[in-house]
Amino acid sequence: MKIAVCIKQVPERDARLRIAEGGARIADEEIGGAAVEINESDQYALEAGLRLAESQGGEVVVLCLGPARAEEAIRRALAMGAARAVHLNDPAFQDGDAAATARALAAAIESEGPDLVLTGLQSDDAGWAQTGVIVAARLGWPSATLIMEIEIEDGKVKVKRELESGWFQWIRLPLPAVLTIQSGINTIRYATLKGIMGAKKKEVRKLGPADLGLSGDQVGASGRQVEVTRLYVPEKTKGAEMIDGDAPTAAARLVERLQKEAKVL
Amino acid sequence: MAGAIWAVTETGSRAAGAGLKAVSNEVIACGQALAEALGKELEAVVVGAGVRPAAEETAARRVNAVRLVDDPKLDPYTPDAFTAAIKQAVDAERPDLILFPHTYQVRDWAPRLAAELDAGFISDVVGHRVEDGRPVFVRQPYQGKLNADCVFTDEGSHLASLQAGAYLADDAAAGNDPAEILLQTVDLSGVEIRTEVMETFQEVEDKIDLSRADVIVAVGRGIGKQDKIGVVEALAAALGGQLAASRPVCDNEWLPMDRQIGSSGQTVSPKLYVAVGISGAIQHLVGMKNSGTIVAINKDANAPIFAVSDYGIVGDLFEIVPALTARVKEAKGA
Ligand SMILES: Cc1cc2nc3c(=O)[nH]c(=O)nc-3n(C[C@H](O)[C@H](O)[C@H](O)COP(=O)(O)OP(=O)(O)OC[C@H]3O[C@@H](n4cnc5c(N)ncnc54)[C@H](O)[C@@H]3O)c2cc1C
Ligand SMILES: Nc1ncnc2c1ncn2[C@@H]1O[C@H](COP(=O)(O)O)[C@@H](O)[C@H]1O
Repeated sequence: MKIAVCIKQVPERDARLRIAEGGARIADEEIGGAAVEINESDQYALEAGLRLAESQGGEVVVLCLGPARAEEAIRRALAMGAARAVHLNDPAFQDGDAAATARALAAAIESEGPDLVLTGLQSDDAGWAQTGVIVAARLGWPSATLIMEIEIEDGKVKVKRELESGWFQWIRLPLPAVLTIQSGINTIRYATLKGIMGAKKKEVRKLGPADLGLSGDQVGASGRQVEVTRLYVPEKTKGAEMIDGDAPTAAARLVERLQKEAKVL
Repeated sequence: MAGAIWAVTETGSRAAGAGLKAVSNEVIACGQALAEALGKELEAVVVGAGVRPAAEETAARRVNAVRLVDDPKLDPYTPDAFTAAIKQAVDAERPDLILFPHTYQVRDWAPRLAAELDAGFISDVVGHRVEDGRPVFVRQPYQGKLNADCVFTDEGSHLASLQAGAYLADDAAAGNDPAEILLQTVDLSGVEIRTEVMETFQEVEDKIDLSRADVIVAVGRGIGKQDKIGVVEALAAALGGQLAASRPVCDNEWLPMDRQIGSSGQTVSPKLYVAVGISGAIQHLVGMKNSGTIVAINKDANAPIFAVSDYGIVGDLFEIVPALTARVKEAKGA
């Protein structure tokens, strides 16, 4: 079984974000180096893919659209056990919306011909929660979102989908299909030293739009249908009364307010 | 009609009574505001099988019409049937803008509709304004840390989905007379439904009902490790409250799933909710923002949790929480 997993490199949760000149994107130099990681739900998707490849026989190919720095995320995925990688690293791919990114990913997936595609449920940076489903639509494949369990059957996949407020649903889809994975589906493995060493020798194909049969204006900023015109720190709403002081002082002040103002103690 | 704004509502499954979900009125509230600002007609869309009662309920709102898309193939919900039905309706009526609630179900099919229509889709919107006769939608990328103004750059119909709670259902004005219900005929006979829906269920375990607790102390990923949770547990004990958690804490199995607060966990409104090391993502906030008094302890002064809190302390939880526990014990002893 051949499984393609889409991974996106995103700023770490604690990363300090600086808005670039022009005001519509994050300054890229700020998210280089240590302050990046593989998107959380993509890590779960990768783990799910690796487990399926192990139990069913087969391999995992990771796909990542991103600048040169994304190579670090790719190496990490290879160290965890992915067999190969495809890196869509041409500058023309940058600053797309979900549709433009999905167009490029779908074309790359088509050239790989997997039985199953796994993506994260949403990216921690853009947070569109669209890309996986659009990839499926472009490939003409069925899809299911918010997946918490996967069982492979003969030519089909049976999955547990998360619904709202603690409800779940089992559904079955024919393969090939696209699943978007919800965080918590499994326990993510650590890369072993052997895995890290081995990753250096694994194949990473670097592709640009032309390699995918796409023109530069179908992808990235030129191919997008949604444009972010301004990125800014939200204005503070009413918000909390902030309590100062060292820990014991702040604790005493808070308890006093909870007793006298809020009357909950 | 061509150029209209559509507010797509959501109903429960037929088995669950096919009732109109409350978020539907949030979409209508946004639709009313946009229709007025842009000088457009607003039409509500009700889609499902056996959903005429939901259409009648919707028709009481101030909308120009309700489009009823009712077909047996639309129950149970599948992305194939929903996409095909609304695609046919859009092709026939050519609305300008299609608004959805950003529910789990919409996440499952609206991107597919956008792809099939080759239309721009701005998802998880928290607000809007109108500039030069065009809507500008505001979303919150980077886990709610930043705002982004977004516009459509293509022609044709556009899609936008609205974050739960961003618009108030109560703002959906009622109409003077019930709006006309237009039967939108669709032909789904040739549509292949590839997903086979099996069972829908709740995970049965000895579930703790946190909604009864007067005091909840919730711990987030900021705790770092499972063996540190005792620090927060001690505060919960001192306050006589229940311990709860954000999703990553449960995902990592540091606490059981039934302690999770949020859109995929429990919804609570205790008298006192203390959020420790929780950033305040929308999926967490929907589960606790109606609590009486909210206290947040976080090392990041810009964490979104402070925006919904009454009291905040910025600092290291490993210093503040033990101090607070000691102080609460003192206060309770006195
Ligand atoms: C469809 C969907 C459903 C979801 N359902 C839920 C749900 O039901 N419930 C839920 O909670 N989430 C849910 N999520 C996840 C949600 O989007 C967030 O990822 C999650 O709530 C983040 O949890 P957190 O705040 O604990 O972690 P983080 O966002 O990582 O925040 C950790 C916080 O701890 C602070 N911190 C770190 N160290 C310290 C320290 N020493 N002292 C003080 N503060 C510190 C940091 O400043 C940060 O603000 C869902 C997501 C999706 C997409
Ligand atoms: N640039 C990218 N490279 C690889 N995968 C991506 C990229 N952008 C999005 N994805 C995948 O699509 C999922 C949903 O992303 P989004 O639609 O941005 O919320 C992510 O979790 C990834 O699995």
